[in-house]
Amino acid sequence: MTALPPMAQDQNGFVVELEQFSGPLDLLLHLIREDEVDITDLPIAKIADQFLAVISELGLNQAADYLEMAARLLRIKAQMLLPRRLGDDEWEDPRAELVRRLLEYQQIRELVEWLGAAAARRAEQLGRGFSPEPPAAPPAPLVIDLNDLLAAAERVIALIPEPVLHRVVPRPLDVEGATERIQALLAERAAFGWGDVVGKRPTIVDALSAFIALLELAKRGSLHVHQEGPFAPIQIRRESPREAH
Amino acid sequence: MNPLAKLIEAALFASARPLTVEELVTLDPQAGAAAVRGALAELRDAFATGDHGVELVEIAQGWQFLTRREYAEAIDRAQFALRPRRLSPAALETLAIIAYRQPVGRVEVDEIRGVDSGAVIEKLSERGLVEIVTRGEGLGRPLLYGTTPQFLEILGLKDLDELPRLDELSVALRPPAPAEPE
Repeated sequence: MTALPPMAQDQNGFVVELEQFSGPLDLLLHLIREDEVDITDLPIAKIADQFLAVISELGLNQAADYLEMAARLLRIKAQMLLPRRLGDDEWEDPRAELVRRLLEYQQIRELVEWLGAAAARRAEQLGRGFSPEPPAAPPAPLVIDLNDLLAAAERVIALIPEPVLHRVVPRPLDVEGATERIQALLAERAAFGWGDVVGKRPTIVDALSAFIALLELAKRGSLHVHQEGPFAPIQIRRESPREAH
Repeated sequence: MNPLAKLIEAALFASARPLTVEELVTLDPQAGAAAVRGALAELRDAFATGDHGVELVEIAQGWQFLTRREYAEAIDRAQFALRPRRLSPAALETLAIIAYRQPVGRVEVDEIRGVDSGAVIEKLSERGLVEIVTRGEGLGRPLLYGTTPQFLEILGLKDLDELPRLDELSVALRPPAPAEPE
């Protein structure tokens, strides 16, 4: 089917009647049936003329699929007019490919009838009603007393880290310091965690410094950083020379 | 009626789509596939012989309760249920080609229909009647389409074997993989 964007409807001369024929092959079959001619011995000149007449009448002569078929028909018509030697076994019927396609398409049409009938018969029986997923329900109204609210508020407030609103970061990242700390840890232990590097309550600057130091050391091959999954604790392992590649 | 049959009846009632034997087996870890099949047969017979407005139908490789044909019109008239939208001839053509040639690429569908079928395939895919099943060999590794259980369901077929055989049609189709002459 020639699918047209809705816009195309407004442009003059490009309105394709989609309902009538589902394509050029459908139109050809229609003509063949009307003329009651043998599909395997197609009177190509006659059919080609009718095809052209119909597509210009229906305004289909601007639809590429129909135009292509029209061109094909005219070429076959011309080929049929070429003289051929008598008793030439090599002669290939120029209509052969078109006939093959028409037969194939005819079979599809037959299947369409069958499928359409099956679907219509199935539609006589209804299954359990289908209801689309309900939209997300609005949150239930809160039922809560003042004590609950206060307790909840306290819990939330406790989670807020000490604000450092008054302080501008006083020093640049101390990557060297962090590197030294990690190297000291490496000398001491073969494996340790992120918490060992930065301590219990690191400031953002400490954490950043340590992280950059960690990446730098990993890059140099002094250690190996591992994480089970997103947000899992970071594990640091001394890179043993044997494992180095 | 045996308890398994009643359990299956409840599950089928609750489901908006056909349930397969494999799915129904999960209802009761003790019951095997054979027991489920037996219970389904019992249920089907109970609804076939009793006075019921619905019947148990084997469809789309599963089982589903469907209303009896004689009530469709009244239910429809009262607008208690939504009838499925009818498929256009173009959609049916495309479905026929995909059903018989699957897995099949868009180019082959275009070729057989003689028109661009991209938009139709897209729509069928949105309706869940066809889906991409694999990628083909050759240039660009084209997407190949096949039919879905939903396709069987809207046609009321148990499986693809219920489609008419091509040699039963009045015209024979060329074999699926056409050998190019010469």
